[in-house]
Amino acid sequence: MDVLLILIDWFPYLLSGVAATLGLVLAALVLGLLLGLPMALGQVYGSRPVRWVVSVYVWFFRGLPILVLLFLFWFGIFPGLGLGNLSAFVVGAVVLGLRGAAYQSQIFRGAILSVGEGQMIAARSLGMSRLTAIRSVILPQAMRIALPGWSNEYPNILTDSAVCYAIGVVELLTITSRIVTQTHITMPIYLTAAGIFIILNYGGLKALHRLEKRIAIPGFGTGAM
Amino acid sequence: MNNNDIVLRVEDIHKSFGGNEVLRGVSFDVRRGETKVFIGPSGTGKSTLLRCINQLTPPDCGNVWLDGEEVTNSGARINYFRQKIGMVFQNFFLFDHLTALKNVELALLKVRGMGKAEAREKALTELRQVGMEDWADHYPAELSGGQAQRVSIARALAMDPDVILFDEPTSALDPELTREVLEVMKKLAREGMTMLVVTHEMGFACSVANEVLFMENGVVAEQGSPDLLLHDPRFTRMKDFIGRIDSRMED
Repeated sequence: MDVLLILIDWFPYLLSGVAATLGLVLAALVLGLLLGLPMALGQVYGSRPVRWVVSVYVWFFRGLPILVLLFLFWFGIFPGLGLGNLSAFVVGAVVLGLRGAAYQSQIFRGAILSVGEGQMIAARSLGMSRLTAIRSVILPQAMRIALPGWSNEYPNILTDSAVCYAIGVVELLTITSRIVTQTHITMPIYLTAAGIFIILNYGGLKALHRLEKRIAIPGFGTGAM
Repeated sequence: MNNNDIVLRVEDIHKSFGGNEVLRGVSFDVRRGETKVFIGPSGTGKSTLLRCINQLTPPDCGNVWLDGEEVTNSGARINYFRQKIGMVFQNFFLFDHLTALKNVELALLKVRGMGKAEAREKALTELRQVGMEDWADHYPAELSGGQAQRVSIARALAMDPDVILFDEPTSALDPELTREVLEVMKKLAREGMTMLVVTHEMGFACSVANEVLFMENGVVAEQGSPDLLLHDPRFTRMKDFIGRIDSRMED
């Protein structure tokens, strides 16, 4: 009984961590999209140097553990660039976003490559420039193909975001541990946090699934059922 | 023949892939309103020839002229020429994410810079031309092959091209659907559209073509009216080829 009362007492504080966690995830997803999509285009349509730069980027951000990346940027790279006074939240969001961009670029690259080459040929035969063809024909199809795979990035980044605890971002896990330290109640509080993660996960995937259905078109296998 | 009548001039086109010379010097003139049909065994460069005309496959050498302007080596102006040279593909290549109407509209909006209302009006007119106006809101996946090919013809027509290139337009279709596409093409020919058609449909060639070009090994081996190539004893190679196809069908 005591435990329940204590939980109810601390619950609003716990929820304040949800805002921070969702903020991290949203910022990382958007940054990953803004960087990942041009990187994919560069890798498919770009010149050799462009393709090489993107490959090295992807190799770097996919090759290192998330915790190593966080420490590198928090202790080394950002201070080295004179950005030492950035908040932990910003650094966490940027690192999750940069890493997400590497993964997202490969999702979009695969989707672009799976658009039939006839689509580009038909567009060019009508007098469209390559850029217009990419924008009006290739990308609208590629984005629909990419969405189911892209939706996976949400639970990935959501669960990864907890690692930002290590550089002191005040997110859900950080707040959970603070409450545990204060109340000396362990399992019920961690389980509550776990429950919140699961609800966030489920809710987000549900929303993405609804989006897939909204933009579904006959002939594209994007969960139109 | 008046020189001004010539809308498309193709001069000495050569094209190799790797060490394989697919086109070994092909030349011909196309008069406005004319239908030329290209016939010949697979792999003799007929489709490559069409793609060399609108530079989807740039030729190694040779020139293409449209209305007296050089299409080859035209740099960024190629996008202008491609509007004037329509193309219809064996596998339709409709834009899969757009309805029939939007397929026809897209280049009007993005290339010709038309307003929405005007583009829609024009697209519906072209769909009516090919008997597809009732299917305007359907997606390519919901159309039969014949319907899809008719939409792709409407898409080419919408740009008001000087000439349309048909690259085996019925080869992916069964006989029933082939007929509905050929009907549309016959109508276009009657209405004075200039057309270059790569096909194996001899019936179409005989009834519509002003001239048949029989291609073999990357060159035009025989050239003349369908009647001439089929019945004049001086021409034998196309007759041989057709004989080979017929006997294969009887097997």
